[in-house]
Amino acid sequence: MANVLKVRDLEKNFGGVVAAHNINVDIDDGETIGIIGANGAGKTTFVNMVTGYLPPSGGTIDFMGKSLLGLHPRDVTKLGLCRSFQVAQVFLSESVFDNMLMAYGIAERSGLGLFTPLETDERAARVDEQLRRYQIDGYRNMAASALPQGIRKLLDIAMATVRNPKLIMLDEPTSGISVEEKFGLMDIIMQALRDADTTVLFIEHDMEIVERYVSRVLAFYQGEIICDAPTAEAMRDEKVKEFVIGQEYHPAHAEGGADA
Amino acid sequence: MSRLMDRTFWGLTIGLIALIVLNFLLEDWMRNIGLQSLSRGVVAIGLLILWRTGLVSFGHALFFGFGAYTVAMLQLAGINEIFVLVICGTLTAGILAYVLGLLLRQYRAIFFALLNLAFSMILYGVLAKLESLGSTDGIGIEQTTFLGFTADGESYQITLFIFAAVFAYIAAVGAHWYLKSTLGMMTMAVRENEIRVEYLGYSAERAIHVKYVISGLLAGTGGAIMALTIGHVDPDSMVYWPVSGDFVFITILSGTGNVSATFIGALVYELLRTYAFEYAPEIWQLILGGALLIIIMFLPDGLWSIRSEWRKRRALSGAGETQAAE
Repeated sequence: MANVLKVRDLEKNFGGVVAAHNINVDIDDGETIGIIGANGAGKTTFVNMVTGYLPPSGGTIDFMGKSLLGLHPRDVTKLGLCRSFQVAQVFLSESVFDNMLMAYGIAERSGLGLFTPLETDERAARVDEQLRRYQIDGYRNMAASALPQGIRKLLDIAMATVRNPKLIMLDEPTSGISVEEKFGLMDIIMQALRDADTTVLFIEHDMEIVERYVSRVLAFYQGEIICDAPTAEAMRDEKVKEFVIGQEYHPAHAEGGADA
Repeated sequence: MSRLMDRTFWGLTIGLIALIVLNFLLEDWMRNIGLQSLSRGVVAIGLLILWRTGLVSFGHALFFGFGAYTVAMLQLAGINEIFVLVICGTLTAGILAYVLGLLLRQYRAIFFALLNLAFSMILYGVLAKLESLGSTDGIGIEQTTFLGFTADGESYQITLFIFAAVFAYIAAVGAHWYLKSTLGMMTMAVRENEIRVEYLGYSAERAIHVKYVISGLLAGTGGAIMALTIGHVDPDSMVYWPVSGDFVFITILSGTGNVSATFIGALVYELLRTYAFEYAPEIWQLILGGALLIIIMFLPDGLWSIRSEWRKRRALSGAGETQAAE
């Protein structure tokens, strides 16, 4: 499989605080990877550095053979590496349709093309198709501020994927979502991303979700990766058990809960 | 192209034709109010664009005055054709906005508003000291030629009004089309969520910069028209900070719903000021302040919201009737 993302010796210090240390990651085309770790373990910092939001203190990041160092989030986005957010970043006062329309407008136009009308029949059709793909077409004309949390998350991800990215990083796609809704939400997201052949990396606290959707796990602890292994193996890893999962998680019980 | 020829476009076109016809029937003083409204209305379109982006400028008299003084300087250089004067006034203000925009695009909220004010006061200070441009007394503006033709007396005013209306029409239609474009709609996007704009692949700062230059161009157009209307430019009436305040007043009065609203707002403002000054010279500022208070309390989205409110009510009552019928 072809390499998509290659991260070497990534470091990040905020003053004396080490937020990332000695991070080495290789991601291949078509993988689905879960990032786990306690709060403050450096998961979001990692995503922020890779997508150009935070400059790393050291190390290299290569995406499809191209260095991402020094690039802005907008440049990284254009190269085909997109992200969604823990707190959905949408245009709150606008309708779902207008949110998507803007996303397509920016993705499809540049330079003088930006002066052409935003709304065209063809683009509106693409918007509606994307809304159906993420099953939020029923909320088409509702203001984003009035959406239920889960739908707003789907909108956020639908907006992040308008460029058909090669790799997408989802920052806690199920945070703030009720337990009953989590799996339905993840099914929609993963189906849409699989259909588009997108490589996925997502941050997740819920081990049931991790076990069900990812093939490989990166476990973060105090800014370092303490485990990089296939999911089943990672779940048995002593360090992961001690520092990430804790004692309360019982896989057998959780399986039953998911089926119910 | 049919998406461009929408109701606002036809409304503005009909408005232009109506103004040109009306122009021949107006009294001289009314025509003067009309000219001033057109001039300030054009500037307010620029503020509307910034406002939709979530930005307020307390210093657009800077570009307004720059456009006006460009007219004065061109006349000193012997150039006196209205097209050249207005286009140059527009462009010089636009160039200034581009240069200042390199700094201002990094600021938001109160910092953006007051940095504009600071720059306008610098220009005010320079012009007040500049002997060659008449310092605080200012400098007279001669009657311009129209495509090589000259006009006198009332026919001069009538011709000037037609040209001003056409310039304002071009500015309004251009701004309206711009606001429907991807970049124009980004006003909303930048106001709502800059992070999302960045992660969609566009620079929020660049979007703001473009809007700032457009607002500068429009203020320059307005300033050039105003210079020709009044026949005189001086720092106090063109660049001083209350002039910037007038534009903000008009923008609040008009609301950001539609570019046409800015002309209605500018006219209402002009009439309000003229009559308040005529009938209550002691307390005219009080009347203006009171009017602003009423607008903010009862029509926070400006005069244009009367129209949308009315349409909403009509739609609601229509929906009620169909429900009743079922």
